[in-house]
Amino acid sequence: MSQPILQLKAINKSFGPVHVLHNVDLTVEKGKVTALVGDNGAGKSTLIKCIAGIYTPESGEFIFEGNNVEIDGPRAATSLGIEVVYQDLALCDNLDIVHNMFLGREKKRNKVLNEHEMESLARKTLDGLSVRTVKSIRQKVASLSGGQRQTVAIARSVLWNSKVVILDEPTAALGVAQTEQVLNLVKRLAENGLAVILISHNLNDVFEVADSIAALHLGRMAAQIDKSKIAPQQVIELITTGKSESAGVK
Amino acid sequence: MSTTQVSEAGTIKQAAQDYWAKVKTGDIGPLAAILGLVVLCIVFGSMSPVFLTQGNFANLLTQAAAVIVIAMGLVFVLLIGEIDLSAGYASGVCSAVLVILVTKKDQPWFVALAAAIVVGCVLGYLIGVLVARLGIPSFVVTLASFLAFQGILLLLAGEGGTIRIEDKTVLAIENSNLSVTASWIFYIVVSAIYFLAGLSRINSRRKAGLKTELKKLWLIKTLALIGASGLAVLTLNLERSNNPDLVSLKGIPYVVPLILAILIVGTFVLDRTAFGRHIYAVGGNAEAARRAGINVKRIRIACFMICSGLSAIAGLIFASRQNSVSPTTGGSSTLLYAVGAAVIGGTSLFGGKGKMRDAILGGLVVAVIDNGMGLLGYAAGIKFIVTGLVLLTSASVDAISRRGVANS
Repeated sequence: MSQPILQLKAINKSFGPVHVLHNVDLTVEKGKVTALVGDNGAGKSTLIKCIAGIYTPESGEFIFEGNNVEIDGPRAATSLGIEVVYQDLALCDNLDIVHNMFLGREKKRNKVLNEHEMESLARKTLDGLSVRTVKSIRQKVASLSGGQRQTVAIARSVLWNSKVVILDEPTAALGVAQTEQVLNLVKRLAENGLAVILISHNLNDVFEVADSIAALHLGRMAAQIDKSKIAPQQVIELITTGKSESAGVK
Repeated sequence: MSTTQVSEAGTIKQAAQDYWAKVKTGDIGPLAAILGLVVLCIVFGSMSPVFLTQGNFANLLTQAAAVIVIAMGLVFVLLIGEIDLSAGYASGVCSAVLVILVTKKDQPWFVALAAAIVVGCVLGYLIGVLVARLGIPSFVVTLASFLAFQGILLLLAGEGGTIRIEDKTVLAIENSNLSVTASWIFYIVVSAIYFLAGLSRINSRRKAGLKTELKKLWLIKTLALIGASGLAVLTLNLERSNNPDLVSLKGIPYVVPLILAILIVGTFVLDRTAFGRHIYAVGGNAEAARRAGINVKRIRIACFMICSGLSAIAGLIFASRQNSVSPTTGGSSTLLYAVGAAVIGGTSLFGGKGKMRDAILGGLVVAVIDNGMGLLGYAAGIKFIVTGLVLLTSASVDAISRRGVANS
């Protein structure tokens, strides 16, 4: 087995008296989709915010590509190649697709925006992800459907030679056809060699795209198991009770 | 190149369809203001024999100038979804600084102008800090500074109330014109640059293999604009003095190139620099901008500084037009006309949408209403009511189009 790109060991995080994460371990591999599941309040969001550098855990190790690293801020996470696509997407409706993809990291030539380079790169990235649903990449994000917006947000996250992409509930607000589109995109990210962490409530989605399933229960990692070795019913047991006798987790 | 066959965005028909689709989402562009301007000119022209004369046309431009410049500054503040109610009196204060330095301290005009712009930027900085760092709504901060700046202006203008200015350069801005030859040269140079810049933009996009605007459409739009401004220059180059033997009045007023320069610089900043892009981002979704690593507070402060800085230039125009500064300079309806100008031109009050040219188009609409109704002998009260209604109409279009986008 190849070395995992990102490994978390014994992460602890509390807010005042509330201990949110207890000795959480997580292994994320290149070219694989790791699904992070858990009930509301299980600590999913806190865990990804620790990876993204928004929260700093009290203790625990981050091992990135075999090296011990410290993620002490969003910039540190970004410079390692870790990108997060939040549920609310954080897109500017009044800007077009290209502008949104390069927001805050515009390509410039002599202090002037280099629109050609940005447009070509955006086009190339979308083509690389086989995105064919957007008519023009110069249209305003306001005119896009929910699935297309999600696509833009995901494409933005892979624009920066990123290695790990964290997707927070990417299909939560989407219809059937659009969910399918986004899930295909998630698979393609992994095929392109990225490590994907997918947070989802929807076990159908999880079983469709994930390679490995990590279940959080009340701030503890109940188990991280290969998808082939577990059934949906057992995942539900893990989410609700933190254990599943039949899956061998006690 | 065979790979770039799809580089033109279809046909005129398709362009019209795309435009209609944009209109339906509420993105009308400058068309509403242009149509309004044409209709108003026809109405006033048919009702008043004076309205469509060359003299009145030049008059209109010089009347509109100060409001247009303040509106251009307001575009920056409106783009980030804020408002600056004190821009009018900020221009009054800067105007007073300028006039006092020239008249009482014997400074050359450019030193005085630089000082006035610095004062404007400082006033804008103070407003910006209170809004961005303390988080006080800009409406409240600028309402307070509206009163405070009015007070400063009263103190600066002093006992007599009016300070005259006799500097030739300052007075020339609103009262003198380029010579007829210089006017034509100016027109030809600007038109040529505009045309070539557009052409090179299309060609370089094609070369990079990117989709371009339909060339035919671009040509029609560009030639229409160049033709219309040629007509304007032609009109301005006609003799408009009542007594040409005594004093000849013809050519482009100096204030026109001044406004054009601000338009070009401002448009460049908004469209071609990362700073400008970030202004739109902050206005569109401040949280998204923050997460993208943009320093939102810095952008907010900068926009207020630009607004008040441009008010200082409007102050220069006021001083030139009135030959003096008084406690009412930049007061009364100035600010409301300027906000009206920006919004009528198409800048959104909700932030994230607007251009520098909106200020000019809207400013002309406001000035035409003011000027035309004045010529027809309507009382000031009626003028205010009509301008208010036009502003309300534009704001309604803005709000409805916004709702349309939210529903879609």
